[in-house]
Amino acid sequence: MTGFAYLIASVLFIMALRGLSSPESARQGNMFGITGMVIAILTALSDPSVVSFSMILVGMLIGGFIGTVVALRIQMTALPQLVAAFHSLVGLAAVFVAGAAFYNPEAYNIGTPGDIYTGSIIEMSLGLIIGAITFSGSVIAFAKLQGMMSGNPITFRLQHPLNGLIAGLIVLTMLMLISGQTPGTFWTLAGLSFLIGFLLIIPIGGADMPVVVSMLNSYSGWAACGIGFTLSNPALIITGALVGSSGAILSYIMCKGMNRSIINVLLGGFGGDTGGASAAASTGDKTAKSGAAADAAFLMKNANKVIIIPGYGMAVAQAQHALREMADVLKAEGVGIAYAIHPVAGRMPGHMNVLLAEANVPYDEVFELDEINHEFSSADVAFVIGANDTTNPVAKTDPSSPIAGMPILEAGKAGTVLFVKRSLSPGYAGVDNPLFYADNAMMLFGDAKKMTEEIVQALA
Amino acid sequence: MDAETLRDMAAELATQAAALFENTEKLANALTKLVEVQSQGGGDQFLGLFTIFVLACFVGFYVVWSVTPALHSPLMAVTNAISSVIIVGALLAAGPSEFDFSKLMGFIAVTLASVNIFGGFIVTQRMLAMFKKKS
Repeated sequence: MTGFAYLIASVLFIMALRGLSSPESARQGNMFGITGMVIAILTALSDPSVVSFSMILVGMLIGGFIGTVVALRIQMTALPQLVAAFHSLVGLAAVFVAGAAFYNPEAYNIGTPGDIYTGSIIEMSLGLIIGAITFSGSVIAFAKLQGMMSGNPITFRLQHPLNGLIAGLIVLTMLMLISGQTPGTFWTLAGLSFLIGFLLIIPIGGADMPVVVSMLNSYSGWAACGIGFTLSNPALIITGALVGSSGAILSYIMCKGMNRSIINVLLGGFGGDTGGASAAASTGDKTAKSGAAADAAFLMKNANKVIIIPGYGMAVAQAQHALREMADVLKAEGVGIAYAIHPVAGRMPGHMNVLLAEANVPYDEVFELDEINHEFSSADVAFVIGANDTTNPVAKTDPSSPIAGMPILEAGKAGTVLFVKRSLSPGYAGVDNPLFYADNAMMLFGDAKKMTEEIVQALA
Repeated sequence: MDAETLRDMAAELATQAAALFENTEKLANALTKLVEVQSQGGGDQFLGLFTIFVLACFVGFYVVWSVTPALHSPLMAVTNAISSVIIVGALLAAGPSEFDFSKLMGFIAVTLASVNIFGGFIVTQRMLAMFKKKS
């Protein structure tokens, strides 16, 4: 009976993910997910060993209250750091469940304290290690995304040998835990795993965070899997595997969007200030045309088709509402509007889509790179707002560039390219963008939100 | 029946009782061992769970590739919410009547996972509610 209920919960979770294949079915999918969770919790509560409910109730009330308040109040632009924070909680919960099972194995039928079955202690250690890495890694990702620490990569000498050493120590401690099973070894293993999670994420720069957040998403799933094996609970294993593969696929998509390998991203040190300075120096005598809001308004008003390319700069400036207003005015003038989203735009997968949806942009005006790239040649204006690297033609022309081979949005093929940017500084990759100096390009220097509002005024 | 016979019989009865006790204990030990061996599950139980794991990875692979890229943010939020199903393990730890370290850890894990369950599903719902078609 119990097994059957867990099976239903697992199927509901699968249907929750299946629903996300289209926005229409997604809301229903989320309901399936909630139902699955309720069934899983009720099933666990009906276990004969669960006899005292007061602490459970208190924990769920406190947690539920915090979660509800945070989720209702959070700004959509702060979504990436919220997701990172939530990942850290799953990781920490996995650590505590592993700890509970270690101190009271009888509750889970996996042996007696100090004499837990070999298979179970191996599974428990894996859950503990992955959970701890998920926790500390997500804390760093959160701090970087929230701006509590610099988004620049933090690198130091012998970083990778140090990580290798700690990884070796983790394996050694795990072996000691399997044979010795003392609480000291257990917490040493937890501590070392916390440390490596922290060290693994600090060298990774801010704009690589989409990969990191997806990867930690994946880890939180594998941690749940490890605990699922320890408790011999199929629902946990199935759910963990779903989440684990989901995060892995997202990481893969993000890496492909940058034409970089996951190893290259994880080794870190990419982007940041140093690369930018040297690239800026090489720009030499080229000059970029700069224009005012009125020029941009005139160009777009007389266009037939405008393609908007949003980037992280739009999120930072919170310019999505002003942008939608501008699109509305243009549409009223009979101008065709489409949005082009690069897979790695923003700080988490699908970040731009959510921000545009928040500003009431209909999702059928928003297109992925493959869907829209061929349309730039027939567009009169490409309006690039807060994006840079994702339009940089160097990715195609210079094989030695750090962004070589990265798929780009071909904004340069449009009649005119308008760049809303604060300065000519290179993007995250530290590569100068020759498109700024192209004959058909015009720079609109300023804050993305303010500039867009000025264009709206000029259009009126 | 004199006192001596009575004493002998009593002694014999005591010996028998002791033997019975010894046998019961042996049987109990054997049973415990049997249960242990079964719950240790040999290879069979692990293999079963591992089969579930591998198949679930495949299901996850195909289901996630069918998710539209526009909904990748809600995908992360909802997978984050459902991975809190780890609360099942936490509830079993927080459930026993006597209070100990294990129960405390179970309580903390229940609280953390609850933040995630409520927060994850609500934020997903908020995001999905924003996706609208052209009117």
